[in-house]
Amino acid sequence: MMAHPQLTEDGRLRHLLTLEGLPRRVLTQILDTAASFVPVAERDVKKVPLLRGKAIFNIFFENSTRTRTTFEIAAKRLSADIVNLNIDASSLSKGETLLDTVANLSAMQADMFIVRHAAAGAAHLIARHVAPHISVINAGDGRCAHPTQGLLDMYTLRHYKGEFHNLRVAIVGDILQSRVARSQIHALTTLGCPEVRVVAPKTLLPRDVESLGVHVYHKMEDGIRDVDAVLMLRLQNERMRGSRLPSAGEFFKHWGLTPAKLKLARPDAIVMHPGPMNRGVEIDSEVADGVQSVILAQVTFGIAVRMAVMSLLAGAGAQA
Amino acid sequence: MPTSLLPTPEQLIDQLARDIAPLLHDLGPGAAADDEWALVGIHTGGVWVMDALARRLGEELPQGVLDIAFYRDDFSRIGLHPQVKPSNIPFEVEGRRILLIDDVLYTGRTVRAAMNLLFDYGRPAVIRLAVLVDRGGRELPLCADYVGARITLRPDEHIALNRNHDGVGLHFDVQRRAGA
Repeated sequence: MMAHPQLTEDGRLRHLLTLEGLPRRVLTQILDTAASFVPVAERDVKKVPLLRGKAIFNIFFENSTRTRTTFEIAAKRLSADIVNLNIDASSLSKGETLLDTVANLSAMQADMFIVRHAAAGAAHLIARHVAPHISVINAGDGRCAHPTQGLLDMYTLRHYKGEFHNLRVAIVGDILQSRVARSQIHALTTLGCPEVRVVAPKTLLPRDVESLGVHVYHKMEDGIRDVDAVLMLRLQNERMRGSRLPSAGEFFKHWGLTPAKLKLARPDAIVMHPGPMNRGVEIDSEVADGVQSVILAQVTFGIAVRMAVMSLLAGAGAQA
Repeated sequence: MPTSLLPTPEQLIDQLARDIAPLLHDLGPGAAADDEWALVGIHTGGVWVMDALARRLGEELPQGVLDIAFYRDDFSRIGLHPQVKPSNIPFEVEGRRILLIDDVLYTGRTVRAAMNLLFDYGRPAVIRLAVLVDRGGRELPLCADYVGARITLRPDEHIALNRNHDGVGLHFDVQRRAGA
């Protein structure tokens, strides 16, 4: 049997690159650990000394404020030292390769890299080349994966809905270009969610999406009927070249989550969104700010989930 | 005392409750309501002892629970403890008198971690330590204020407080540690 690239030989989390193929035991351990980090934020001192002396580098080759900031806060609450690097195209045009950048940072005694990159597989590539004590977290690679977002969505779902075995969940919007959707689908199916729906126009669905074990809906009214949770996705305007869609207004008309459409879901359904939101494009302000919205709770839980991932990784790396 | 003479956990808790009762009542002159003591148990055995003590003390004292996994000093050697539970201190720690409770006192490292954790909630006025069993072998300059029993174990022996299968009573398990 080939060793799992994200796990140590004894099955502990070594890198976090994708949720695909991660066993349920590991996902549950991350969620359980995060539950113990949530109350830390309510104390006088919002820090624990767990990662004191560890050097963590946020390496972002793609813009992001929220994800980078939540990783930064998570690292600081673990007492780690974190350095933010925004590497734009100009630095890369100086000729340094991705692996050269990583080698340089490793020479600065890095213990962990958090990587966002527009190219699929960038974090995997780094993980294959780092020293044994260094862990890598994928903070989003191309259209592939955004595992910590998927995990914080699972945490939020579990927090509000209990267990997964009787949940009906709809993921709505730009599935095609969404790494978040892929991570959500892998996590939901692994955690035993019996009905995962993807709701999108044909042009925004990957061709092989049914092979992931989801039910496909091309009409929003059908797709969100009687669900326990609506997971909205951001319309990736910036990645939309050409004419996959008519216009933002047209999109909102058919695929935007309005109060009227939300009424089709169960009365206690929750609404989630990974942010940043396009109000009036994929979600109506009234829904985004409404009582069923747990969008800001997702942000808060995201910090605890990232603290859990970082401490589990550093714990496994410490013994390498 | 040798482990063969060790009383049952219930007997030791009875005795601890008798020893501790005067502490809780003698708050000193001019004591205010918020000078009352709070009980804080350390996961998991310390919480069982706290629950049993609280029943015997018969008072409505505030109770808190600590999991020291994020404050352990062996994280870099063994990583994160696999089953960390949330800590829960549902009262103001600042200025509070706290009776810290654990099942077994050994190296003192757990108590060190628990005190550091408590201080991240605030500055307690006083911390006292009560343990069911002191087995010696301290590696830090700490001692308990209330001790159920003092026993002598070899370094490769291990004593643990466990819950009976009925989920109610408690018992001790003494084992030789494999590979120790």
